[in-house]
Amino acid sequence: MNLRRDVFQAIADPTRRAILLLVAAQSMTAGAIASNFDTARPTVSKHLQILTECELLEQEYNGREVYYHFNPKKMKEIANFIEPFRKMWDDRFNKLETIMKKYKSKK
Amino acid sequence: MERKTNIHAEDGKQEIMITREFDLPLELLFKAYEDPEIVEQWMGTKVLKLENKKHGAYQFETTDPKGNKHGFNGTIHEFTPNQKITRTFEMENAPFGVQLEFLEFEQLTDGTSKLNMHVIYRSVAVRDQLLKLPFAQGINMAHNRIQEILNKLK
Repeated sequence: MNLRRDVFQAIADPTRRAILLLVAAQSMTAGAIASNFDTARPTVSKHLQILTECELLEQEYNGREVYYHFNPKKMKEIANFIEPFRKMWDDRFNKLETIMKKYKSKK
Repeated sequence: MERKTNIHAEDGKQEIMITREFDLPLELLFKAYEDPEIVEQWMGTKVLKLENKKHGAYQFETTDPKGNKHGFNGTIHEFTPNQKITRTFEMENAPFGVQLEFLEFEQLTDGTSKLNMHVIYRSVAVRDQLLKLPFAQGINMAHNRIQEILNKLK
């Protein structure tokens, strides 16, 4: 299953929000993060994967260890609450443009 | 080139400005607002009524994924082809009331055009609430998607 990842999906989950708070304080390995939760390790891995895909977390390889860093730039995007409103209009206008281009070539 | 939609919303004001440049001649951009069949396609709504004239009215209806119907309507105050539309807009059964919209269409080159949409709300509070609506929906949708996935796993 391939879900569209976006930052809003990422922060909708309480466990993921808790992970972000942890990692924002200090870069950590997946194991160290998982030890803070009662959740099964694969579940935490899945959360980390989603947060990484959304670019809220970044991975850094240090020998055999993978450290997770917090990406404040992406978090700022969420703080900008107007962005979804802008995107709604942008999507609509993109659709308008596509439809009218086809309309033009039909004539 | 990717053309981007800009939203200009100043703090403490009860208005916003939406601007967008299109890779379309002015006439085609305006037609997308004038022709009910085309409006239906890009707005994703059913057009029940669209009277493109002074004192005309329009009525749209969307159906959400759950099958609930949502109505939108307004009155047209000014309709000048390829130049301007002034109209009101109201979401039915919603607490936001009516808003006033000034749409200005502008030719940039033979093949490109620009839309300025100036929207005025009843109050700053109403404006901010409406701006946050898609943000709140985004979070709700994410919640629902996660719930759906969890249900499938059960």
